[in-house]
Amino acid sequence: MQFDPFVIPFNIGLYFILIYVVARSVIWFRDLSRPDKLRLQRGFFGIPFALSLKEIFMESLIHRKILKTNLRLGYMHMSLAFGWFLLILFGTIEADIFGAKHLNAPYKAIFFRFFNPDHGRMGFEAAYGFLMDLILVFILSGLLLAVTKRFYSKIVGMKKTTRLKLTDRIALTSLWLIFPSRLLAESFTCGVYGTGSFLTGSLGAWLAAFLPAQQMAYPFWWLYSISLGTFFILLPVTRYMHIPTELFLIFMRNAGIKTGDKAGTYSEVQTYSCSSCGICIDACQLNFSAGITNIQSAYFMKAIRNNDDVSEIADNCLMCGRCDQKCPVGIELSPIRMIQRRGGEAENDIRNIYKGYFRSRQTIISEKAIASSNYNFLQETVPEKTDILYFAGCMTHLTPSIKNSMIKILDASGVKYSFIDKQGGACCGRPLMLAGQDKEARELINYNSQMIWKSGAHTLVTSCPICYKVFKESYYLDVEVLHHTQFIKMLIDDGSVKLNFLHKKVVYHSPCDLGRGSGVYDEPKDVLKHVSRLERSNFEDGNSLCCGGSLANMKISSQTKKKIALDAAIELTKNSPDILATACPLCKKTFSAVTETRVADISEIVAEALIMNPLKKNSGSNISSIKELANI
Amino acid sequence: MNKFGFTISKGRQIDYESNDRRIADYIFEKEPSFRLCIECGGCSATCTTSNFTVFSLRELNILIKRGENDQVRQNLKKCMLCGKCTLVCPRGVNTRNIVVLAKKAFQKSDEYAI
Amino acid sequence: MSKHVVVIGGGVAGLEVAGQLSKVGIEVSLIEKENKSGGHLNNWYRLFPDRRNSTEVKEYLDGMTHNGGIKLLTNTTIEKLNRSGSHFSITTNEGKELIADAVIVATGFDLFKSARKEEYGYGIYDNVFTSADLEEMFKKGELALTNGIVPETIGIIHCVGSRDEKVGNFYCSKLCCVTAVKQAIEIREYLPDSKVFCFYMDMRMGGAFYEELYREAQEKWGVNFIRGKVSEASETIENKLLIKVEDTLAGRPLKMKLDMLVLMAGMEMSEGGKKIAGIGGLRTGENRFFAATDNHFGSNKSNIEGVFYAGTCTAPMNITETISHARAAVVEVIDYLKNSK
Repeated sequence: MQFDPFVIPFNIGLYFILIYVVARSVIWFRDLSRPDKLRLQRGFFGIPFALSLKEIFMESLIHRKILKTNLRLGYMHMSLAFGWFLLILFGTIEADIFGAKHLNAPYKAIFFRFFNPDHGRMGFEAAYGFLMDLILVFILSGLLLAVTKRFYSKIVGMKKTTRLKLTDRIALTSLWLIFPSRLLAESFTCGVYGTGSFLTGSLGAWLAAFLPAQQMAYPFWWLYSISLGTFFILLPVTRYMHIPTELFLIFMRNAGIKTGDKAGTYSEVQTYSCSSCGICIDACQLNFSAGITNIQSAYFMKAIRNNDDVSEIADNCLMCGRCDQKCPVGIELSPIRMIQRRGGEAENDIRNIYKGYFRSRQTIISEKAIASSNYNFLQETVPEKTDILYFAGCMTHLTPSIKNSMIKILDASGVKYSFIDKQGGACCGRPLMLAGQDKEARELINYNSQMIWKSGAHTLVTSCPICYKVFKESYYLDVEVLHHTQFIKMLIDDGSVKLNFLHKKVVYHSPCDLGRGSGVYDEPKDVLKHVSRLERSNFEDGNSLCCGGSLANMKISSQTKKKIALDAAIELTKNSPDILATACPLCKKTFSAVTETRVADISEIVAEALIMNPLKKNSGSNISSIKELANI
Repeated sequence: MNKFGFTISKGRQIDYESNDRRIADYIFEKEPSFRLCIECGGCSATCTTSNFTVFSLRELNILIKRGENDQVRQNLKKCMLCGKCTLVCPRGVNTRNIVVLAKKAFQKSDEYAI
Repeated sequence: MSKHVVVIGGGVAGLEVAGQLSKVGIEVSLIEKENKSGGHLNNWYRLFPDRRNSTEVKEYLDGMTHNGGIKLLTNTTIEKLNRSGSHFSITTNEGKELIADAVIVATGFDLFKSARKEEYGYGIYDNVFTSADLEEMFKKGELALTNGIVPETIGIIHCVGSRDEKVGNFYCSKLCCVTAVKQAIEIREYLPDSKVFCFYMDMRMGGAFYEELYREAQEKWGVNFIRGKVSEASETIENKLLIKVEDTLAGRPLKMKLDMLVLMAGMEMSEGGKKIAGIGGLRTGENRFFAATDNHFGSNKSNIEGVFYAGTCTAPMNITETISHARAAVVEVIDYLKNSK
């Protein structure tokens, strides 16, 4: 029987991690809600299963998304993941074909050359050896990049790299040692026997020329085994846990499981799937405009894994969603942040190593139940019956030009509408939600819902993307919710409003809650193309910037917000457009304060382009008609 | 004893020494812009809540600073966090964070448990 | 050989500087971007605190500049400003080159563009005006709304574009309070039946006879003062302006319908000044005004030897202060010319 004591560390590590992963998966599965359990079970059959396998190959091994964002970083991840996978795969096959017997213990494949030093002299065996060397070169090239990245992150095209804790450091060292020690162990062995292909063979022969290869080989086989064992044992308490967890995540996601409002298996699996690749750090405007470098999603995920108090990190975020958009693993970062905001400050866990392995569900102090209503001063009102409701929103009242433009457009279109918060209404509830105060938000949602329902309207138009998002997602309304850009697009399409073409060069800034937040990218641009010369910026659609004025971040000062706004405005106005167009009162206000370029909401541009039809009667509002009378 | 028909009502004056300003200190520490207020009232003027009911963020802020917490605790919950006040403030006071911090501080302190 | 000084800006400071320099026999080229000298003074009707006609001051300044030795170049701007040895070479927009022994920058201020405070509705609502618009109305002698009707209730909002970090101006323009009081009195004088309300954050009446004017406004003219920053204005169906403010002294929110709103626009570094700072390499401060070498004893000196500042291009000032500052600049220049070469 082929055995040597040096394989013991590897064996311990391997069986430990296999048992651990199975146990962890069982716990995760057990903690899923019943519907999610069913979803996941179904996800193991048919098309979802095939999709998952494809995704695992494309993302976990090839790292397609990272490659698309950053070629060098992607190559680094790919060479380590895909290369290691190939090495295991072909190693196992090699041991199976050329070994003493079929179906070997894993260590025989891993340490194949130790047990078969005389193997690979000619023909097919040599060709196979060549392949194995090639894979090793592939991995080592990625490793070289990884080591360089740690010290000079700019080389792989990253501005910032993640910081490490102690266990991560040890795991990282062991990971780094695995392949060089394999290289040296194999080379020395080959040097002794005069075998090996272009890499191990040549290196071995060269080393054997001036070193006692016979004596040198054995310690390196030990080192190789110990590195592997250490890496496996530390895996669950380090970021490398993402390797097995990501598989689980892919199955869950393809089974249709969503993050939801509360912490649970899925949010935990996502947290562990983060590989700290750092793409979110480079995407974050708080990093590159404001110099805040400790709150990005990679750090946030790590802090959750470490059971740290994450409330400060959770709150210090614009919730612009740029990191969600760019995360190569597809982690729903903003929803996870929202969960932490709802939770408030977490109980500080006593940190010990066991906790890291079998971590209890994150302990979050639940907010004390509110006995009485906070907003019982909101009187029930009976609105007039109408078809279309216009809800300007709080912020729009500070940008009267948007409000007036919308009135002008609505009047010109001839639709029957009512301006529901003309005298100022209650808040939509999203700002409270962003502060993690869902119960309070629900009170406002109920109040507004009732009013909308009583009006009998079939369509609700709002000027504020913040309102739009919450109306769409958290109100249970039987009305069609439209942002005013979508509504204007409809009016243009059905010919209700006629517009002149303004000979203006316009660049469009997509507001976070409208674009990334609600997926409304096209309608605003279609409207702009209809009335102006719309030009592209370097930050379109999913890649658009945040203006910095976001209500979601309550931690940063107004001066910091201004810095973010200034950087974004400079980027957007690079080609000196006549108008910086947006579709949000808050973006408008934020940008107006920092740029000389005219900043205008799409509604304002449309109102300017409006061809007034004097024959059309205003049936909805009487504002302008009375004004006209007064002027006669 | 004849008090000539009037007394100095104890509730009228701010007893600065014996008032508890820990809530204020907590907010000062976490949100330094709390100090920048010049009592212009812009926040209260634009306030969505004060459109419906008696509510002045400016007044609540100064009461916290003076340690007159009793009047603040219940009233503060009326805020909808809509953020208009932050947009209007000429001094760049992070008014929304002050409300959130004050709510948290009141919740934390057992003495003022809701 | 007589010395030659180029003065950039033909407003109050520039005219005073030019006049004083010519008095001591120094040749002056006075560069003015408009078609006539006088600067903002041409736009004002009467001046605070004594409400004398602005033309009186204009006459004085013109008198100063009529004694020869001053070459006034109107419709002229500066494209290049270089120092070569002890001389300055200045290129105008018409390509003319001037050689000067010293330069005095007197580019003054621009009024804050009130449309930037969108919530007040300047340029959006019919009857929102600025303090400058009001002066024009006074000059024409017709104080009326856009539709020609005489207003009955007028609100004056202080600190528009001053003391407001939202528009990037931390500083106090210091003249808007007294301008508000002066204009409030003038409105009451014109329209004795009107009601005038001043909305202020603080009344900063720090100049000579300002406080007295404030008393007069209360005592004689019945102007109402309400302490609170107006947060926003909206237009009502009857074309009135509905403003929202907290009456901070009463501790209650206050809503008021007004016929007319007047915005007390603050002072900002002028666009012309910014341009000169760029082409001449002159240092500006955080408030964007020119930064003098010393706030106490070098307020006329720039970071470039031979270039001096006069007037409101360094900070908000009233006319009295501007003239004093301009005369101080003259002393600095004479001293400089004496010692150079």
